[in-house]
Amino acid sequence: MSLVYAGVLSHAPGMTGRAELVENTALRDEFYARLDAQRRDIEASGAEALVVIAAEHFANFFMNNMPAYCIGISDEYEGPIEDPKWLKIERTKVPGNARLSRTLVEQVMHSVDVAYAEEWKFDHGVMVPLHFLTPRYDLPIIPVNINCQGPPLTPLHRAWAFGEALREACDAVPEKIAIVGTGGISHWPATPDSGKINEPWDRDFLDRLMRNDRAALLDYNDVDTYRDGGQGGFEIRTYIATAAAARGAGELQFYTAQMPIFAVGCTVARFNLEGGN
Amino acid sequence: MSLYQLQKFLYVMNREPAVQARYETELTELLGAYDLTDEERAALAEGDIGLLYVLGVNGQILMHFAAFLGIAWFDYLDLMRKGVATHGPVRAGVYAMTGEGASFTNEEKQQ
Repeated sequence: MSLVYAGVLSHAPGMTGRAELVENTALRDEFYARLDAQRRDIEASGAEALVVIAAEHFANFFMNNMPAYCIGISDEYEGPIEDPKWLKIERTKVPGNARLSRTLVEQVMHSVDVAYAEEWKFDHGVMVPLHFLTPRYDLPIIPVNINCQGPPLTPLHRAWAFGEALREACDAVPEKIAIVGTGGISHWPATPDSGKINEPWDRDFLDRLMRNDRAALLDYNDVDTYRDGGQGGFEIRTYIATAAAARGAGELQFYTAQMPIFAVGCTVARFNLEGGN
Repeated sequence: MSLYQLQKFLYVMNREPAVQARYETELTELLGAYDLTDEERAALAEGDIGLLYVLGVNGQILMHFAAFLGIAWFDYLDLMRKGVATHGPVRAGVYAMTGEGASFTNEEKQQ
């Protein structure tokens, strides 16, 4: 089995950038401890590369040429694009693995017409997860993007198929690979409503996700998601793709809607891996 | 098309430090490559977050621009609310204000 870890986590810029504004510091630190445990789990898996399924925010792709799916194929990336003082993450180089990335792309292309990119600048959607999961930037990263920002958006059943294709690609290479999906559930980020969270909607989604119930996960549409989960809710695609890659049930390791200053229900979870080589 | 051009400029600037370095002193030249209305040009020149928000600039693009301008988080939220109060509802896109201007964090309420 070459996929050795699959999990999900939040990526909101407030998780680093507004850490000092948090009223409930005990809850914040509990969240950080859970993220650090996720780091240790990934390290313990022996992963030789980390695939980050992200929902980027116009760092690389715009409506002039917007891929539904894209995989980075460089030996090096950089980030964050945001003001480092605002995100409280220093601008840095991040290692990739071009050879492995190209192999994964070639494998994924058997079932999904994925785009690829040799240039890729990371925004908070990748840099915040890396800040917690690979703080020394010593694990090669393979960035993956699902367009969750610029409609028309890929249908959920295609996000699932993409996750399946990623899994098949991981299982076709000898390297040990970890996957994390990073996004939000309900949230209204970068609007005056930042901090608004629909906790019942989140918990219902997480229940479906942890059961890895394909039919239940695909039983959303963007009209309802926009109404109940905000435009940030479109990012459930990253979690759904990760579930499809993992194939097994999940363990919800952390969730709280009680830190709205982070503008998202803070989430950490891990999946069981089933059906591998 | 104009909103597309407005967002395109901000997208390019947000990710290119070389363009950011020219924002203060060469904005007119920078904007020459974009088909913008006078209202949009003025909003960019003045860093008018509220108007840019109402014009429909995607919130993520706008948030990165506000960070570049050094606007503090709660000020950024407030500028968007004031934009809606002054210019009316967001005219395009999916980043509309749905909470009637309310704050959703204790931290902001206590400011």
